[in-house]
Amino acid sequence: MNVLDLWSMAFVFLLATFVGFQVIQNVSRLLHTPLMSLTNAISAIAVVGSIIIAGEQHTTLTTILGTVAVAASMTNIVSGFLITDRMLRMFRERRKQ
Amino acid sequence: MDGETLPLVEHLTQASYLAAAALFILSLRWLNHPSTARRGVAAGVGGMTAAIVGTLLHPDIVGYTWIVVAMIIGTGIGVPLSKVPLTAVPQRTALSHAFGGLAAALVGSAKYALWLPEGELTTFRTSAIAIEVILGGLTFTGSLMAAGKLQEIVPTRPITYKGQNVINLSLLAIAVGSAVYLVARPEQWWLFVVILVLSLVFGVLLILPIGGADMPTVISLLNSYAGLAAVAMGFVLENKVLITAGALDGSSGFILSVIMCRAMNRSFTNVLFGAFGQVQAGGAAGEAKAVKSGTARDAADLLENASSVAVVPGYGMAVAQAQHRVREIYDQLTKRGIDVKFAIHPVAGRMPGHMNVLLAEAEVPYDALIEMDDINRDLPQTDVVLVVGANDVVNPAARHDKSSPIYGMPIIDADRARACIAIKRSMNPGFAGIDNELYSADNTLMVFGDAKGVLGDIVKALAGEAGGH
Repeated sequence: MNVLDLWSMAFVFLLATFVGFQVIQNVSRLLHTPLMSLTNAISAIAVVGSIIIAGEQHTTLTTILGTVAVAASMTNIVSGFLITDRMLRMFRERRKQ
Repeated sequence: MDGETLPLVEHLTQASYLAAAALFILSLRWLNHPSTARRGVAAGVGGMTAAIVGTLLHPDIVGYTWIVVAMIIGTGIGVPLSKVPLTAVPQRTALSHAFGGLAAALVGSAKYALWLPEGELTTFRTSAIAIEVILGGLTFTGSLMAAGKLQEIVPTRPITYKGQNVINLSLLAIAVGSAVYLVARPEQWWLFVVILVLSLVFGVLLILPIGGADMPTVISLLNSYAGLAAVAMGFVLENKVLITAGALDGSSGFILSVIMCRAMNRSFTNVLFGAFGQVQAGGAAGEAKAVKSGTARDAADLLENASSVAVVPGYGMAVAQAQHRVREIYDQLTKRGIDVKFAIHPVAGRMPGHMNVLLAEAEVPYDALIEMDDINRDLPQTDVVLVVGANDVVNPAARHDKSSPIYGMPIIDADRARACIAIKRSMNPGFAGIDNELYSADNTLMVFGDAKGVLGDIVKALAGEAGGH
């Protein structure tokens, strides 16, 4: 890795954090519970790193670690998106009488 | 490597990551309103699918068996976890932070094990791995502890002992010190083991002294740590979509923690190291003040003669599973043309937004759910406030009693309404062990009993009345 890669990653981190602050501050307070389960599912994007470790099969140890990591991330993806959607379906506006 | 020699498949993978990052940001943006929020979930799923497909194309992958097995197992655990009752959402959330931390710690360990024999542990890589493993490890065990406390497998009361903070901070300091040493001597693998073990132990010890009412802040903090662990993983794997998603998760957790702390008028340090539940306000216990108590019938009379009602729900409502009864009261009263609103304190419940989700499940429309600051403006003109399972968040002592442990905490001004009905099991003080003068106020009617039972009786009284006309 050359040193410029490190700096470009630092830039991505900085910009994503600022975008995060802006976007999250606008999230409706009604939806803070679904927000947490949604960001949780999104950060389970860690699955992509785990997939490569489990799939490149360098040593038995790393394959095991990678496989467990894929399972843990996949649990978060599946349960996170499903429960967020389940909760959001419940938010209804007042019926007009 | 320059762009011209990069194989096409690598471009595809990177493009899928770019698309995923954009979709994740849109996903959170659409959460700004309930009417667009479900589109946000769709965008998140789309981004995730793109990134996974893009990764499966990766040329380094030689076998798919274990990936598929792990995905099936993950789906097998994930589907039932998404169907838990909504009162159990806080523990599910804590559990998912634990899985996030676990994945980070495992990937960090795997990368260390891969790079160690190849002599590829540069200063940067070793530092990033150490941060990833510390954050991942403490998030894993800390979140498991939090989930255990929320599920009441682990004792919910704060567990404290002498020198607790000194011991905790020393452990963390040793872990960080070992990490610094490991960066200088990456071949000393036993240091890596020390770091991993200490961070796991630290996570447990960090949560031991936390009481139930501090859970909203602690869950938010753990959310933030899980996000930062993903960021560290992104730096280790040089993966920008991971850095982006982790940063979004981390900033979300951080903002929620700040909101929770402000809503309790406390600092992070105070929540983590203050063992708030241990603070017992001793003196006041002896003097029993006269309270006015009444029956469900009396409460029903008061409610149906009001023209505006505000309901203040608290964790007690969730414990008693009384949200559906609350909705029935809402229906009975709105049918009579009475204006009914819900006053939501930010820390009511066990995680941010918990009350909103429970009431939405009970089919209370979301435009009746009003934030604390907004409802407080209306309360002096409100006829009746109905307090269901809330205690400290309506204690007027927070406004004026400087000796009270909750002094300075923003509260819902239930005492400023024309009348107040409070449903409570007994006169036992709440979580902080503080007397609540709201209960002995002249315009407060106490109805003693289990929240679900009392609310059911009120509904019956209201319905009977309607039938009689």
